Amino acid sequence: MIIGLSHYLTLAAILFTLGIFGIFLNRKNVIVILMSIELMLLAVNINLVSFSTFLNDLVGQVFALFVLTVAAGEAAIGLAILVVYFRTRGSIAVEDINLMKG
Amino acid sequence: MILQALAFYLFAGITVASAFMVIAARNPVHSVLFLILAFFNSAGLFVLQGAEFLAMILIIVYVGAVAVLFLFVVMMLDINFTELREGFLQYMPVGALIGIILLIELALVLIGWQLSPEALAQGQAPPPEGMTNTHALGGVLYTRYIYLFQGAGLVLLVAMIGAIVLTLRAREGVRRQSAAAQFARRREDAVAIKKVEPRQGV
Repeated sequence: MIIGLSHYLTLAAILFTLGIFGIFLNRKNVIVILMSIELMLLAVNINLVSFSTFLNDLVGQVFALFVLTVAAGEAAIGLAILVVYFRTRGSIAVEDINLMKG
Repeated sequence: MILQALAFYLFAGITVASAFMVIAARNPVHSVLFLILAFFNSAGLFVLQGAEFLAMILIIVYVGAVAVLFLFVVMMLDINFTELREGFLQYMPVGALIGIILLIELALVLIGWQLSPEALAQGQAPPPEGMTNTHALGGVLYTRYIYLFQGAGLVLLVAMIGAIVLTLRAREGVRRQSAAAQFARRREDAVAIKKVEPRQGV
């Protein structure tokens, strides 16, 4: 019962699919969509770290660090846009976001 | 070895279950809390794989910063979340279809894929012997990837400035002390000297 690379890759695939599923399931709620994106980035990070471990190469972990940085920035900017949008429209429903439609 | 497998299945099971609860929970606050649980358990997986530094960073950055940010936003905005959940079941078939297709594709990749022996020998930065994970990671990050590291710092700076600029607002109807305007005030602006003739009004 040795835990190999394929176990981790399967886990990451399931997490990624759950993230995609979450985006479709909560199509109206931007906050849950952002959380689903975080889940997908977590799956990517698990992939990178497990390849790094099983190929005996540190570059994967360096890359995972950068993915983490971008995910943090993305969450901050996304939530800031959400707060500003809520102030102007009083709602965060995705289908109301059509101000820039011509 | 059996302990490692048990730990893997424990962490992986809780991660997948809490990830499912993130997208299925009725209350977004519960979603955020399940997200925190998922991140904690994946940090456990990282420790299991020997990436301790990333595990700790995951807890500090995600649980300490991102999840709290989500919690703040969910609690501060006055949103009717039950209204947002309308059509949940309506979107379920499409979402499930796309999810299953994606899962099948990923499974096909996993089945048909195998590690070539040459790939193992082509590591760009094999971790040095007798060094902690943090030490080895720093040795790679601050030398070979220094420009990317600086770029990551720049990304965070831009994100910080962007978030502040987006959410900063000058509120109207608030009386606030303006030191600059007070200091810039001269005697001529404030006092007018009038010669008043006797027995006449101003």
